[in-house]
Amino acid sequence: MILKLAWRNIWRNKRRSLLTAGSVLFALFFALIMRSMQLGVYDNMVQNVVNISTGYIQVHGKDFWDEKTLEYSMEQTDSLEHTLLATEGVADVVPRLESFSLASTGRATKAAMILGIDAEKESRYFDFDEGLTKGQIFPDGNGILLSEGLAEYFKLDIHDTLVLIGQGYHGISANGKYHVSGILKLRSPELNKQLAFLPLREAQFLFGAQHRVTSLVVVPEDHDEFAGLTQEIRSELDTTTYEVMNWREMMPELVQAIQADSAGGLIMLFVLYLVISFGIFGTILMMTSERQYEYGILISIGMKRGKLALTVLLETFFLSVLGVIGACLLALPPVFYYHAHPINLAGEQMGNAYEEYGFEPVIPASNDPSIILTHSVIVVIITLVLALYAVWKIYRLQPVKAMHS
Amino acid sequence: MAVIETHNLERTYQDGNQVIRAVDGIDLQIQEGEFTAIVGPSGSGKTTLLNLIGGLDKPTSGEVIIAGTPIHELSDNAMIDFRLKHIGFVFQAYNLIPVLTAAENVEFIMLLQKKSKEERRQRSHQLLEAVGLGDRLTKRPGELSGGQQQRVAVARALASRPSFVLADEPTANLDSHSTANLLDIMARLNEEEHMTFVFATHDQRVIDRAKRVVTVEDGKIKSDESLDR
Ligand SMILES: Nc1ncnc2c1ncn2[C@@H]1O[C@H](COP(=O)(O)OP(=O)(O)OP(=O)(O)O)[C@@H](O)[C@H]1O
Ligand SMILES: [Mg+2]
Repeated sequence: MILKLAWRNIWRNKRRSLLTAGSVLFALFFALIMRSMQLGVYDNMVQNVVNISTGYIQVHGKDFWDEKTLEYSMEQTDSLEHTLLATEGVADVVPRLESFSLASTGRATKAAMILGIDAEKESRYFDFDEGLTKGQIFPDGNGILLSEGLAEYFKLDIHDTLVLIGQGYHGISANGKYHVSGILKLRSPELNKQLAFLPLREAQFLFGAQHRVTSLVVVPEDHDEFAGLTQEIRSELDTTTYEVMNWREMMPELVQAIQADSAGGLIMLFVLYLVISFGIFGTILMMTSERQYEYGILISIGMKRGKLALTVLLETFFLSVLGVIGACLLALPPVFYYHAHPINLAGEQMGNAYEEYGFEPVIPASNDPSIILTHSVIVVIITLVLALYAVWKIYRLQPVKAMHS
Repeated sequence: MAVIETHNLERTYQDGNQVIRAVDGIDLQIQEGEFTAIVGPSGSGKTTLLNLIGGLDKPTSGEVIIAGTPIHELSDNAMIDFRLKHIGFVFQAYNLIPVLTAAENVEFIMLLQKKSKEERRQRSHQLLEAVGLGDRLTKRPGELSGGQQQRVAVARALASRPSFVLADEPTANLDSHSTANLLDIMARLNEEEHMTFVFATHDQRVIDRAKRVVTVEDGKIKSDESLDR
């Protein structure tokens, strides 16, 4: 009967209730759309970085990340790989050798970043092959793969030749001539301008760094556990020889940028929630003052204050849940749509800004259910906290006075 | 045994620097089965007295003893429970919960007493039948006339099987036909079920039907007559 009473009470003043539920709906809808866009973009940024650039966790020779030269590369030993693979939570280890070199076609010359890779593993774990637009990935285990930007710069097509001129390990000269076997479009615009890939063996040979790698990318079994796994690996390895870093440590600027942007969004939501709180509070204020007489009667005839308060709490709970359900129903279709079909900003001002920072110029919506859960709970809690005013009123109410007016 | 007893009951209000003695030393005993009207001019203290007896207000001094319990000593929560168990209330108007039907309004009080669903249904129908509203069970207060609403309120007051019913100006908003009808019903419940009724009123039609008339003036009992009817 308390439930019935609370539910029917909502419909006593239909217009006011609908306005209140409507404001909850509007705020939550806005919050859901905004947060799933924001978090979707962050997620995508992280994915961009994590895939080809850092992975979730990397093991380097000590100080490599700061110095980024072959002198800080490390020997690719079986025991190191075994130690890593034996660590709980590690699915696999992907070796990379990274260095800079001059690339030239004779007509044009440009600095390029050369990444020696195990193409099969990179494809398996990081979707390396998804961007292939032309040719093949290392047929017969050789050739060079160019990023789209680099290929355009040199006006190269597959089967054309590119010469690399540079310095290898311990300063030896590192020169080689390669056939372009394929062209890749990379998600990160920054990398898409300068990256070229060689099979790991070829790169090691080119740079005179046999059996050496600059990083071992650790593939965690559970991506969300990367922080703990970093610690775990760190404790397994000799940290005077190796450094173990996760993407947050390798990309502190990105982490900070995301945090700052996210905080901005949250402040906006805070203001929005504050505004609707006033609206909801107004409703609760009117509701309690209108029903003073009725509350007086109910307490007189024997209804305990606690029960009466519960009825009012239930009523506001229903009201906010109505708004929450509405907001979810309205927000889910666009969220799922833009999750599957991210908004493309290529060529637009905002898109250019994204590219400048090395990210794909797209806004995908995150469909993480925790966004809906968090904000729905926040909204419901806000209304319940506001309804405490009514509870307070009920506990202070004196029936004789309430019924006098 | 007296169901209601007051001893030297006083209730004063402070109005600026003036003290209003709304109830000023009332000694009253009401026995089971009485049909009593408390009358007096406006401002004489009828409502205040009824509120004290009903435990809705606390006396400044003196005692109220209901069915042997000195209720002025009860805590707020215990008082609410006591009212639920022992006292039926009928107020001047707007007694009912507007979103509940007539039957639900009557059942509500039994629900607070944790009575079974079956008992609630039976008794609410039987009581509404008794007040002549057997065909209005599913109507909400807004769909009932003022007289019908007051009859539902009487049914609700009886639903908890109280020791007595307090009614403050129950007929103030009713036309003479509805008043007569309501009084008939209450008189019959008094006759047949020995239900004790106490009214505060200045409605002559009610006074004419009362078996005992207590007149108060300036917070004091001025006369107390039992009439044989
Ligand atoms: N809450 C209050 N604060 C101050 N004075 C009050 C309060 N309630 C009642 N009084 C005063 O106490 C006196 C008795 O009032 P009460 O309402 O009991 O009279 P009443 O006999 O019921 O009158 P009526 O016939 O008009 O209903 C009046 O002088 C009234 O002004
Ligand atoms: Mg009065």
